[in-house]
Amino acid sequence: MTTQHITLTVNGEARDADVEPRLLLVHLLRDVFGLTGTHIGCDTSNCGACTIHVNGQSAKSCTMLAVQADGAEVRTIEGMVAGTELHPLQQAFWDQHGLQCGFCTPGMIMQAAWLLDQNPQPSEAEIRAGISGNLCRCTGYVNIVKAIQQAAGELQASASAPAAAGEAVAAEA
Amino acid sequence: MPRMTIRTPPGRTLTPVAPRRTETDPLVLQPGTIAPGRARPAAPLRREGPAKLTGEAKYADDLVFPGAWYGATIRSTDAHARFDGIDLDPALDWSAIAVVTAADIPGENIVSLVSDDQPVLVPVGGEIQHQAEPLVLLAAADRETLRHARRGVTIRSTPLSPVFDPRLSDHVFAHFDIASGDLERGFAEADLVIEGEYRVGHQEQLYIENNAMIAVPREDGGVAVHGSLQCPYYIHKALKRALRLTDEQARVVQAETGGGFGGKEEYPSIIALHAALLARKTGKPVRMIYDRHEDLSATTKRHPAIVSHRTGVKADGTLVAQEIDVVMDGGAYCTLTPVVLSRGAIHAGGPYRCPNVRIRARATRTNTPPNGAFRGFGAPQVEFAAEVQIGRIADALGMSPLDIRRRNLYRVGDETPTGQVLRESVAAEEVLERAAEAAEFEGVRTRTERARARRAGSGSVPGSPLRTGADRTASGIGLALAWHGAGFTGSGEVKLASVASVELGADGRIRVLTASTEMGQGTKTIFPQLVAAELGVAVDDVDIAPQDTALVPDSGPTVASRTAMVVGGLLIKAARRLREVVEERNGGRPFADVHRADAAAHGPTRIDQQFEPYPHVHFDDETYRGDAYPAFGWAACVVSVSVDLDSGEVTVRDVVAADDVGRVIHPVLAEGQVEGGTLQAIGYATIEEIKLRDGRYLNDRLATYIIPTSLDAPRITTLLVEAPFSGAPHGAKGVGELPMDVGAPAVVAAIRDATGVWIHELPASPERILAALGVTAEPPGQAPAADTVRAALDEPIEAGTDPRPDAPTDPQPMRGPRDPGEPS
Ligand code: FES
Ligand code: FES
Repeated sequence: MTTQHITLTVNGEARDADVEPRLLLVHLLRDVFGLTGTHIGCDTSNCGACTIHVNGQSAKSCTMLAVQADGAEVRTIEGMVAGTELHPLQQAFWDQHGLQCGFCTPGMIMQAAWLLDQNPQPSEAEIRAGISGNLCRCTGYVNIVKAIQQAAGELQASASAPAAAGEAVAAEA
Repeated sequence: MPRMTIRTPPGRTLTPVAPRRTETDPLVLQPGTIAPGRARPAAPLRREGPAKLTGEAKYADDLVFPGAWYGATIRSTDAHARFDGIDLDPALDWSAIAVVTAADIPGENIVSLVSDDQPVLVPVGGEIQHQAEPLVLLAAADRETLRHARRGVTIRSTPLSPVFDPRLSDHVFAHFDIASGDLERGFAEADLVIEGEYRVGHQEQLYIENNAMIAVPREDGGVAVHGSLQCPYYIHKALKRALRLTDEQARVVQAETGGGFGGKEEYPSIIALHAALLARKTGKPVRMIYDRHEDLSATTKRHPAIVSHRTGVKADGTLVAQEIDVVMDGGAYCTLTPVVLSRGAIHAGGPYRCPNVRIRARATRTNTPPNGAFRGFGAPQVEFAAEVQIGRIADALGMSPLDIRRRNLYRVGDETPTGQVLRESVAAEEVLERAAEAAEFEGVRTRTERARARRAGSGSVPGSPLRTGADRTASGIGLALAWHGAGFTGSGEVKLASVASVELGADGRIRVLTASTEMGQGTKTIFPQLVAAELGVAVDDVDIAPQDTALVPDSGPTVASRTAMVVGGLLIKAARRLREVVEERNGGRPFADVHRADAAAHGPTRIDQQFEPYPHVHFDDETYRGDAYPAFGWAACVVSVSVDLDSGEVTVRDVVAADDVGRVIHPVLAEGQVEGGTLQAIGYATIEEIKLRDGRYLNDRLATYIIPTSLDAPRITTLLVEAPFSGAPHGAKGVGELPMDVGAPAVVAAIRDATGVWIHELPASPERILAALGVTAEPPGQAPAADTVRAALDEPIEAGTDPRPDAPTDPQPMRGPRDPGEPS
C-alpha cells in the first residue's frame, strides 16, 4: 500500500506521519498520535463526537482524510487545557453538569469553542442551532446550553479584563 | 428449547399473601412527609468530570493493549434457517487469521441470563433465529487483513419459515395473569365501556459510545475483559460458564462507559464472550469494537408491544373495570424478556385505583434480533397505552384530563392489582398537581380548546387545502401521570443478596467498594456523598474503587434505578457500622476526628453489608400476589406542542416534569436524569422508529435512525418531589426511569389537544398524524386490526360520548356499555 508523508501541527506541536491516502483524520489522531479524547460515535458523520478544529474551523474529523490535513493546524480536546487550567468551556461544563457519560463532551466542547469564536454572545437559540450537529443522548441538552452560556459570559469578561483569566483548577488524577 | 412460562390462575380464589397491617405499622409515615423538593444542598461536582472534560478518560476503544488483534463477527443474513456450514475462500491465506466457531467453545454454548436459550455462536447444524445472529468469529493482527477475511467467509444455510408477528408466535417466553375483584361485575356497573388498541415499536438506546469489549488472555488460562458495560458480574458469570473458568480466572473491568440506558445491561456479555473466545484462540488481546452500524443492527432494543384496553367507567369518571391484554415481541431469544414483561404487566393499569382488574400479558418469540433492557423496562409501553386510554375516557365523559386523574389516582391505603396495599410514599397527587400548576395546565388548555373550536368553526378544518398562516399551526397541551416500581420486581432483590462495602484504608482514606457502574448517571459522585455524610468526613476523603470483579463485591447489576436506592442504602448501613466500630475503639470520639489515627493503629477496617429484606414487603412469585415493589416512584409531565396541520410535524416546545424520587441526594444530577430521560421519551413519542423488512432493521445507521438534537429539545422544567421510602435508610427510590414512562403519553395528549385526534401508535409521526386527520390514507400496516374495527362498528357509537365536535377521526371508535350477559 502506498503511503503519503504529511506534516501538520496538532495542539501547537509539529507532527508528521506516513499515512495511507484513505486513512481518516480521526484515526490518525486516535491510533497514530494516541489522542483518544476525540471520539467516534457513528459511521455516517451524524454524531459530532469526533469534532475538532482544523485551521480554526470546526470539523468532524471522521469526514476528513488525514492527507487533507497536510500542512494544517489541528486542535483537539487535549489542546484545550492550559497547563493544569481548564478552558473556561471545560470548567463551565463541569460547573453546570453539562456532561453525564461524557462521550459527546469533547466534540461538544470543540464545537462550542468554535461557536463562541464566531459569535461571542450567542442567544440560546443560536447556541442550540450551533451545536445541533452534535448529539447527546444523556443530558437533554439543558445543562449543555447553560454551560455554553456560562463560558460565553466568562470569555467575554476575560476578554475585557485579560488579567482575570479564570481560576486554576487542577485536574483530578 | 427451554422456555419460561409463568402462569397464575385468575379470579378471587387466591388468598392474598400481603401481610396484615396495623395502626402501629412502622412503615406508615405520618402525613406531611411528602416534600415538594427540599432546599438544595450544596451539590458536589461530578467526580470524574475533569477526566471526561479533557479527553483523559479512557473509554474501551481508547485503551491500548500492545499486540492486540482486531475481532469481527460474521452474522447470519437469514431470519430463520438451518446453519449448514461455512466455506473459507481457498484463495486467501488463513494462517494469519483466527477463525472461531461454536466447536471452539470449551464450556456451555450459552449466553448466561434468565433462560439459557441463546447460543454464543450457532453450531453447524443448529438453527439460526434472526438476521444478525453470530455464527463465526474472526480475528487478525490488523484491520486490513480482517476486512479481507470477512469477505472470504461464505455461510451455507437452508431457509426455514420465519415468524414476525408476535401474536402469531406459539413460542411463549413468559406469560402473566394478574386479577383482582370481579371483572364482570365491574363492567356491569359501568356507565360507559371504552376500548382501544395501542402499539409501540422498537426503540434503540443509542448511547453515543457504541458497544466495545477487549479480552486479554491471563497467564492462569483465564481471561480479563475490559469494556463498556453496566453489569460486571453478569459478564463474569457468562464467561465462567461458556469458557469453563473459575471465579479468579474470569475478570471483568469496566472502562469509562459512554452511556447505557439498559443497552449495556445484557448485550455486553455476548461481545465479551466473543472477544474472550478469540483471545483464547490467538493467545493475544482481542479488540471487539462495534461500529454504529453493527451496534444498531445487532444489539437489543426496547420491546415492541400491542396493548389492548377495555375499561368500564362510571359517569362521574370512576374506574370500575379494566381488562388489559399485553403482547410483547421478545425477538429471537429470551434475554430479560420475562422480567420486562412482568414489569409491564404490573404497571399496565397505570397509577389508578380500580377494584376489578384483569391483566393478561405474554411475550413471544419472533425471528428478529432479541429485545432487551431499556430505561423504563416494559413500563413505557404499557403506560403509554394506559394514559391514552384514560385521556380518551376523559374526552368521552367531557371531563378534564386533570379531573379524571384526580378522581382515580392512587392514594395511601389503596390496593394495586397484585393486592399490594400502598402504605406509604405515594405521591401521585403531589406530582400531578405540581406539574399542572407550574405549567398552568387548565388555563392554557382553555385557550387551546377555544382555538380549536375557532378553527373548526371557520371551516379551516384539519386537512383543508385552503388553510394558511396562523391556522396552519395548532398548539396543544397534554398531561400524563405514571408510576414506576422502585428497584427489582418481587423477590428479585432478596435473591440477588447484593453486597456493598466501605473500607477505612491503612492510609486513613475511606474507600467505597461496589460493582455499581458509572455511565453518566452519577454513581461515582453520589456514593462518596452518602458515605461522607454518614461518617461526617469531607466528600473528597472518600474514594471509589474501580469496577473490577477482582476488587469489588457483587453489589448487583446497575439497572432498575436501584443504584441510589438499594446500593446507596447498603453503603449507608456499611458506613454506619464502620463509624460505630471505629468510634467504639476510640472512646466514643467522632469518626471524623479519629479515623486517621485509628487506621494507623489498627490497619484497614472493612465492612461488608449484605442486602436485608425490607420489612413488611412480601411477594409471592408463584401467584403474583403481594408487594410487587417495596415502593413506587411517581411522575407527572405536562407537554406543550405545536403541530403543523399541513405537514403533520410536531414541535415539542415546553415540558414541565414533576418526579418523586423519594429523597433527593444530588439535585442537579437528579434533574439531569429527568432532563435526559424526558428527551428520550420525546424521541420515542415523535421520531424514533425502527422499520423492519423480513426481520431486518432497515434504518440501522445513525443517518436513518434519528434521535432528538438540541433543536428538537424543548425547554424542560424539572420539579423534584420527595415522598421518602422508609425501607431505605436515606429514603431514596431512584429517578432514572420515571421520565421515560410519562413523556410519550403526554406528547400524544398534547397532539390530541392541538388537533382533536388521538394517535394510537408510537411514534406519532407526521404520517400517522396526517392519516388520523384524514389528510392521507392510513400508512400501510398501521391500520388497527380489521376485526377490531369491524366489531366496534357493528355497534353504534354512543351519542354524546365525545364532546369535541372536531374529534371525529379517532380511529378507535368508543363504545357504549356492553350487555353484561354478552361474552367478552
Ligand atoms: S464519528 Fe460521528 S460524526 Fe464523526
Ligand atoms: S453526556 Fe452522554 S452523550 Fe452527552
